[in-house]
Amino acid sequence: MSGLAPTTLPGRPASLRRRAAALLHRRPLVRLGLLLSAPMLWLVVAYLGALFAMLLTAFWSTDTFTGEVDRTFTWQNFQDLWTGEVYRTIALRSVAVAAGVTVLCLAIAFPMAFYMAKVARPRWRPYLLIAVLTPLWAAYLVKVYAWRVILADDGLLNWALGPLGARGPGYGLTATVLVLTYLWLPYMILPIYTGLERLPDSLLDASGDLGAGTLRTLRRVVAPMVFPSIAAGSLFTFSLSLGDYITVKIVGGRGQLIGNVVYDNIGAANDLPFAAAVATVPVVVMLVYIAAVRRTGALEEL
Amino acid sequence: MQTKRLGVAFAALSLLALSACGGGDGSSTASGQGFKVPNIPAQKALGAGEGEVNIVNWAGYAEDGSNDKSVDWVHPFEKQTGCKVNSKVAGTSDEMVALMKTGEYDAVSASGDASLRLIAGGQVAPVNTALVPNYADVFAGLKNKPWNSIKGVAYGIPHGRGANLLMWRSDKVATAPDSWSAVFDQGSAYKGHVTAYDSPIYIADAALYLMSAKPDLGIKDPYALDQKQFDAAVALLKQQKANVGEYWSDYTKEVQAFKSGDSVIGTTWQVIANLVAAEKTKVGTVLPKEGATGWSDTWMVAAKAEHPNCAYKWLDWIVSPKVNAQVAEWFGEAPANSKACAETSDKSFCTTFHAADEAYFSKVHFWTTPIAQCLDGRTDAKCVDYAQWTRAWTEIKG
Repeated sequence: MSGLAPTTLPGRPASLRRRAAALLHRRPLVRLGLLLSAPMLWLVVAYLGALFAMLLTAFWSTDTFTGEVDRTFTWQNFQDLWTGEVYRTIALRSVAVAAGVTVLCLAIAFPMAFYMAKVARPRWRPYLLIAVLTPLWAAYLVKVYAWRVILADDGLLNWALGPLGARGPGYGLTATVLVLTYLWLPYMILPIYTGLERLPDSLLDASGDLGAGTLRTLRRVVAPMVFPSIAAGSLFTFSLSLGDYITVKIVGGRGQLIGNVVYDNIGAANDLPFAAAVATVPVVVMLVYIAAVRRTGALEEL
Repeated sequence: MQTKRLGVAFAALSLLALSACGGGDGSSTASGQGFKVPNIPAQKALGAGEGEVNIVNWAGYAEDGSNDKSVDWVHPFEKQTGCKVNSKVAGTSDEMVALMKTGEYDAVSASGDASLRLIAGGQVAPVNTALVPNYADVFAGLKNKPWNSIKGVAYGIPHGRGANLLMWRSDKVATAPDSWSAVFDQGSAYKGHVTAYDSPIYIADAALYLMSAKPDLGIKDPYALDQKQFDAAVALLKQQKANVGEYWSDYTKEVQAFKSGDSVIGTTWQVIANLVAAEKTKVGTVLPKEGATGWSDTWMVAAKAEHPNCAYKWLDWIVSPKVNAQVAEWFGEAPANSKACAETSDKSFCTTFHAADEAYFSKVHFWTTPIAQCLDGRTDAKCVDYAQWTRAWTEIKG
């Protein structure tokens, strides 16, 4: 080991590049700082900055007539949010819809992913994967409007159910949950599929050999091992559903979710501060959700 | 540590930037309508065109042939004046107000629920009507109205007007209704198939119905509601909600809902009724006996317009008889220019849309922004302002 950097040798004029390299070599903190500065800047300015600006705006108020934002500190927005019964109802409804979508997605995605990863022949797997991904190729609005036509009074669903004497749900919250489930299903299937693929087949065989039935194997072997994947998938479906306001606008009938309240307050009422205050609700809900997932240890295993 | 400090620095920066954006004009006068009007002079004379003009408008107000080749009054304007038109379509009055605040636009086609807010906010200047020759032919019933003038000073050029009508599917609704009670008190007959306009301004529709249904409430103007009257209207809408299938704000959505039968009765615009009929669905429309809410649009010029001369040229162009007729026919509304009726391709158009029928429009209460000072002239009561209308609308939808 020479121990000495070339710049310290006497009589040898070092180029700027060399000197910089030496500096970086001697000071690991500077090295780390430079390496991380670009992503850090992105994180702080674009991401946290936007969140911070939103939070700041939430403490302002709007002159409702001229629409000018009054930049004096006030708790009024949060007070209105907290005391208004309607906002609690809407927040709870949004969480319920997001939870419903997540549960439905899980119920459909798990068997599908299991079939893809463990039952189907390996050479079919890429094709099945492509089949799961195809809906993502179509535009979001096209898919939702297609569902609007399907769910219409004279639509496909009522036509198909007609002979059975049944009727579709029509526009409303049920329709919203249904369409959101359809939209976000791939985001649940993919992580579970990856999780199951990593699960060695031999474990399933061993469980069977030791006398565990199918259900017990699922519960004691498969479920714990793919739990992190399920948690990851549920983070996607839950957060995507919680923020959605277009689907409910198109197939939700007279229903409204938290996203609509935010949208209406920006678009219709021009009340940016109140919209910002409302927008903190899903942020808080998601933080709680992520904290809960983290407690189960699922995040560490990802 | 580094992150924290950066965050603080950013916070300080953003605060600085935001506070720098504030401020406004110092001088102002009272409008006599309960708000201050900034003193902004009207343009004195017209100069040469600036080569372009940026406008905010409702869909269908600045057609350049891209929707229908035969519907084009933008290109002829550009050819004649040398002003290139950059049009920005807004979906709601509130969006228009927000867009005008950016200061990037020269003119706007504001409805009555936006115009006063623009005036009070100092975003628009009075209009020198002498510089708009075609103003002379505008129906007298549209000039110097509370939503387009302050104390006799015109703030814009009337564009056209229309009413929010009651529409129903003739095959699903047995007897043709002639009253708004069909969607309010008797709405349960069409439970789940009633539709209503998705905007706080719809509260005025309920208030309008209460004017005749509950005269003891003493509502004189559906946009001037004191707390008691307002609560009654909100209660009526909450009761109506049980029968509502969906609220509409996107007109294509309403066309489809009526076609499929998801909606069978509710409020509409004439243009929607025409589109539904074109889809071979039988619908009827009526201006109910209680009257109706409606809109009357005004072209206004931005206070800090970068292209004021082109903006004035556009104002004169859009209300010129031929173009005004084209716009009115395309959008489905009554034209503002009295000479436009001779220029429509459908000669009965002005009769269908009651263009000169002041008796018809006397039953129409045009959209106006509700403010704390009662618009109906009451001084002993305090009215509910638009902010509370907005919050109440969220509550009604629940």
